[in-house]
Amino acid sequence: MAFHSSEQASAYWRENVSLMLKLLAIWFAVSFGAGILFVDALNAVQFFGFKLGFWFAQQGSIYVFVLLIFVYVVKMNQLDQKYNVQED
Amino acid sequence: MDLQTLTYIIVGATFLLYIGIAIWARAGSTHEFYVAGGGVSPLANGMATAADWMSAASFISMAGLISFMGYDGSVYLMGWTGGYVLLALCLAPYLRKFGKFTVPDFIGDRYYSQTARTVAVVCAILVSFVYVAGQMRGVGVVFSRFLEVDIETGVVVGMAVVFFYAVLGGMKGITYTQVAQYCVLIFAYLVPAVFISLMITGNPIPQLGFGGTIEGTDTYLLDKLDGLSKDLGFAMYTDGTKSMIDVFAITAALMVGTAGLPHVIVRFFTVPRVKDARISAGWALIFIMILYTTAPSVGAFARYNLIDTINGPDQQGTLVSETPQWINNWAKTGLIKHEDKNGDGRMFYSGDERNEMTIDRDIMVLANPEIAKLPNWVIALVAAGAIAAALSTAAGLLLVISTSISHDLLKRNLMPNISDKMELRYARGAAAVAILVAGYLGINPPGFVAEVVAFAFGLAAASFFPAIILGIFYKKMNKEGAIAGMLAGMVFTIGYIVYFKGIFITPMAANIPANWFLGISPEGIGTVGMLVNFIVAFVVSKFTKEVPVEVQEIVESIRFPKGAGAASAH
Repeated sequence: MAFHSSEQASAYWRENVSLMLKLLAIWFAVSFGAGILFVDALNAVQFFGFKLGFWFAQQGSIYVFVLLIFVYVVKMNQLDQKYNVQED
Repeated sequence: MDLQTLTYIIVGATFLLYIGIAIWARAGSTHEFYVAGGGVSPLANGMATAADWMSAASFISMAGLISFMGYDGSVYLMGWTGGYVLLALCLAPYLRKFGKFTVPDFIGDRYYSQTARTVAVVCAILVSFVYVAGQMRGVGVVFSRFLEVDIETGVVVGMAVVFFYAVLGGMKGITYTQVAQYCVLIFAYLVPAVFISLMITGNPIPQLGFGGTIEGTDTYLLDKLDGLSKDLGFAMYTDGTKSMIDVFAITAALMVGTAGLPHVIVRFFTVPRVKDARISAGWALIFIMILYTTAPSVGAFARYNLIDTINGPDQQGTLVSETPQWINNWAKTGLIKHEDKNGDGRMFYSGDERNEMTIDRDIMVLANPEIAKLPNWVIALVAAGAIAAALSTAAGLLLVISTSISHDLLKRNLMPNISDKMELRYARGAAAVAILVAGYLGINPPGFVAEVVAFAFGLAAASFFPAIILGIFYKKMNKEGAIAGMLAGMVFTIGYIVYFKGIFITPMAANIPANWFLGISPEGIGTVGMLVNFIVAFVVSKFTKEVPVEVQEIVESIRFPKGAGAASAH
């Protein structure tokens, strides 16, 4: 066991899962939310030459996906340090 | 110089480049062959993953489909990128910590069962088969245009090239070859996109030109397309025709399928550390993003140019005697046809009864530079890029198929005593059979390239994804549940696709929304298959034996990075 106690282990796992769920909520919101479920409402908004919903579906969601992964990487590396479970 | 000669030269030069790099990298270390990415920077590894991942469907077919589907094409854009978020957050780091080479190995060990492993192998083979079939059609389109033959001959030529490349090369594992293939394909994709964006909108960046105004007017490109669509009887470009639930289901199936595709997951098993597994997915997605945000721009430009060149600037139709050269060129492949229905000696393209054109959507990306009258070297470059995209993916998939059959299925299950030589022979045989079946499906395609590939993703979503997710996040999932879930998801999804698409048999019902379950098309049914898988797995696991304590401990141990060793074969 790499953790000092099983409380530590479950605390680490809780933080890990909660970060994951937060990021997945954004993931869902920009793609399924803005790009599909609420696309008609957002299309009423003009965003440069795009309708906003259409832009999210064909451009915006992809940019957000990339950001999400990099945020996850940074946060997880910090979390590993905090609980001292990083690789050598 | 004429186009055919130029194409031979550029395609030939890129092949020499790949082979040269393969020889150079091999001399560097043979170890690289097995551990793709070991000692390679996550950046290079991300580029290689992107090349591996972006197939003929992404390169040739996707922008064409988008240009005909408009908003509906978003399913491919979001579906094939969003899956990387799932991969990076939910799968890659844990699978890396688990430390096995293949998905069937993970499933076999996590569910402490040879049967589970076998079911996973069969699923992996099926998924890869369907995926390869899509690639063959794409390769066929490229060769038929540039050898000026019909599409059937094009597919056969493509089959031969892919077979030699996969069997002789074994290039899949060599990361630097794939880095080169990525560079070739992205360059080939961007050059015409930049040219065309400049011509239509005056903005060199396709992503911005997409939302820009048409050069010399105040009209936004997308507004113009919506207007043209309305006049010609098509659905509005920015609206599409698919129902919301179908768009939702297809997007979900493609995303989840990405996260369940065996040949993609494998890339994250073999990076040196858990930390690298997380960031590799990020780099891969950046490189994929470059193509995926360009594709919808290309789709819109192609749509505009297509309508403009066929119907003429005055929207009255172009005289047959003045047929644009690109239509004559592509007519030889049989993929574009004109029939003068009203006998006025003009061509006309529309979405209603006035329409006289039959256009295969898979030709759009390749024809695009010709439509825009770009120089021949650009057109030849696009051919080279398309071939790079199709080859890098097809070769990787054929390797998955042949090793799954010879190693996982025969050696580990049916005939444990066969020699290495026999194993290799079976592997080659399996690759050959795979190509023949794929070729048949390439000549008699059940859909456009990107659609066929979407079926492969649906199957992956319905089989692997739940088993892997539950394996990591739900300690109490047992072997009975996982096996029953995978089988139920797979059988349901295949059944639904065959019922409407009739691969190898005649369809049993018309493939129209009125007949679909909840209005979900065969492309999106993988999402329902995935839910079936989850539900069956939960129910069965409640009524069967609990998971052994030692397996639960393994699950605990994959949840943090420390102590990850190198991946081992078994």
